[in-house]
Amino acid sequence: MTRINSAAELEELRQGILSKKDPDKPSIAICAGLSCLGLGNGAVINAFKEEIRKQSLEAKVDVIATGCHGFCEKGPIVVINPEEICYLQVTPEDVPEIVSQTVIGKKVIDRLIYTDPKSGEKAALMSEIPFYKKQMRVLMGNNAKINPKSIDDYLAIGGYSALAKALNEMSPVQVLEEVTKANLRGRGGGGFPAGRKWETTRNAPNETKYVIVNAHEGEPGAFMDRALFQGNPHSVLEGLIIGAYAIGSQQGFIYTRHDTPELRKNVDIALAQAEEYGLLGENILGSGFSFKVEVHFDVGIFVSGESSALMRSIEGKAPEPKPKYIRTSVHGIWDRPSNLNNVETWANVPQIIGKGSEWYNSIGTEKSKGTKLISLSGHVCNSTVVEVPMGTSLKEIVYDFGGGIPNGKKLKAIHFGGPMGGTIPESLIDNPLDFDVLSKLGASMGAGDMLMMDEGTCLVEVARFFLDFLSGESCGKCVPCREGIRQMLNILTNMTKGKGKAGDIELMEELAEVIGAAALCSLGRSVQNPLLSMLKYFRDEFEAHIEKRCPAHSCKALIALEGV
Amino acid sequence: MSEIKLQIDGKEVTAREGMTVLEAAQQAGISIPTLCHHKQLDPYGGCRFCTVEAEVRGWTNYVAACLYPVAKDLIVRTRSEKVDRIRKMILELLLAHAPDAFELQDLAKEYGANKDRFEKDPSFCVHCGLCVRYCAEVKKKNAIVFVDKGKTREISFIPEISAKECWNCKECFPLCPTEALQAAFVLVKAFTFPSPSLESTPAE
Repeated sequence: MTRINSAAELEELRQGILSKKDPDKPSIAICAGLSCLGLGNGAVINAFKEEIRKQSLEAKVDVIATGCHGFCEKGPIVVINPEEICYLQVTPEDVPEIVSQTVIGKKVIDRLIYTDPKSGEKAALMSEIPFYKKQMRVLMGNNAKINPKSIDDYLAIGGYSALAKALNEMSPVQVLEEVTKANLRGRGGGGFPAGRKWETTRNAPNETKYVIVNAHEGEPGAFMDRALFQGNPHSVLEGLIIGAYAIGSQQGFIYTRHDTPELRKNVDIALAQAEEYGLLGENILGSGFSFKVEVHFDVGIFVSGESSALMRSIEGKAPEPKPKYIRTSVHGIWDRPSNLNNVETWANVPQIIGKGSEWYNSIGTEKSKGTKLISLSGHVCNSTVVEVPMGTSLKEIVYDFGGGIPNGKKLKAIHFGGPMGGTIPESLIDNPLDFDVLSKLGASMGAGDMLMMDEGTCLVEVARFFLDFLSGESCGKCVPCREGIRQMLNILTNMTKGKGKAGDIELMEELAEVIGAAALCSLGRSVQNPLLSMLKYFRDEFEAHIEKRCPAHSCKALIALEGV
Repeated sequence: MSEIKLQIDGKEVTAREGMTVLEAAQQAGISIPTLCHHKQLDPYGGCRFCTVEAEVRGWTNYVAACLYPVAKDLIVRTRSEKVDRIRKMILELLLAHAPDAFELQDLAKEYGANKDRFEKDPSFCVHCGLCVRYCAEVKKKNAIVFVDKGKTREISFIPEISAKECWNCKECFPLCPTEALQAAFVLVKAFTFPSPSLESTPAE
């Protein structure tokens, strides 16, 4: 690889890569996202390589292991290009047939394509499958087209052109203004305007400033950031470099989990390749702007995704949150201005700079712009990652993308945002996906994780589950959070065991008030949120447990007491 | 350092920039109760017992006085119905662990806290961190530390360091708000049964 010294050289390189690529050359894109790998895609990838070798087709057919395609429920997923024929639930035994029939023979294998479970209609092309057709895959769409380990693949789809534009045609202030005008709001949970956050760090009086990618994603049920970052690491990196330019930072950090080796591999490779091309390091694209990135790993505790804890962790200290009486965007890592955004927020930046804030503002609702990645889990037919415009109705997400509720059961409630989020009942699913609408309903969007719960779910048990998770994942420093969680967990555990008593609900509400007001960090101040939202909409279920009944017939001890 | 004027409990108070609300109040002779605070140590903000109401431009927030920096036109209320409710609950939560601690009992009387409100879990330690922080900040030995996280967080002596340092020091023992013998017990326990959290884990 040779170093690129200007935007013109970048374009030249891109043309060189494209000229070597024959658009009609068949390629087999196999999803190597975590879910598909778990479903045995490793064997499928090997089988394809073996078959191509056996038939001596190496020069004529490309085999690429890509990032997550979404539609994980139907994995392992294989896409045959250039036609974009999409095969679902592929096994190694299917491979010889796919190569001879489809790759060479250009014939579709009927049994491997999508069949609509209701109408029985078939769809062979990725773009025809309703699951993909209805999405707006601005960020995730490229996952199926590129090898995440190849920067050339990213360049071939126009990668780093937004960076070239920012560095060459725009001043840092112009970049900042564009992001502000786009109304990009943080995707990590808070929904805070990214432009305003950037501006605070930019204006903070210190020469040394840091920009950070929060790729911690520790909540149960959230897996969209990993799908995006692992499948298209350069899109996040490009956003980070553009952000650093706008903010005036020379040092970036990527903070992620120590237990995601596949992600780590792709990020490390992406950083090394970007550096070799000179897209990281000194004098990027001849602009005079220099920027470096370091990767840091957590120590295996949920609270280290909290911004001040995360920054302490990067400093090499225990990930204990600091009170944010002085903002981290002014006093962050080593007391220097530090701008933290999550993976998805950064990935939106190249899109905004490349296509303009006007385009970005055309997607979404009045105050929530752009698309949002949603990870669906729980009682839903398709456990998967989808990308939809903000404003899409929750009903559409659950039924059109999620495929509805399995086993003929009814939807009871949806939980957003994991252990610090909230639950809304089925009756509210006509509401749109929107930061402000959801928080008004008592269920903040969180990072975009939606957990579907069917009629057989006991919400007392779900509230107990989240507190149980938090009891081991908070840092344990402040009394309201540590002891409050302990006591609420005790009460809920007793309730599920038929030992609930009058006054329990009121006591939990009193605890919730104290935790919400007096805990040290934003995690501590939100641990009561799931419980409060469930009490708001399903109080009768909690009251029933005190009367030793579980309306969902889920708590075993209570079923025994009822003698059902 | 410039002077800052703020209001605490209706009284105008002058403080220096960089001071905390607790320091400004103490200087003005207004008392704010604390549990984990110690003059010789950095403010910690762990017990939250010094929580007060802080009003900035009409917005009221509940903050830890030991950490919250003074600011111009800040209005602080050291007692209110909600502040008292918070302190009462904190005491009740801590009394479940250390029902016989004198300091907690005295405060319980003042705030009407019921020591039997929560199921007893007498671990004695209230995680104020005085011993841990004293050893780290004043003695610079780190012989006693916090181990683990969340509800399983506890204090533990590091046997290798305490074997050398502790017998002639023991300065942390009288700092303990619950029971001076508590530290001695934890120390002996650390030698006999070192915390599993301190054992090295096999490399991946």
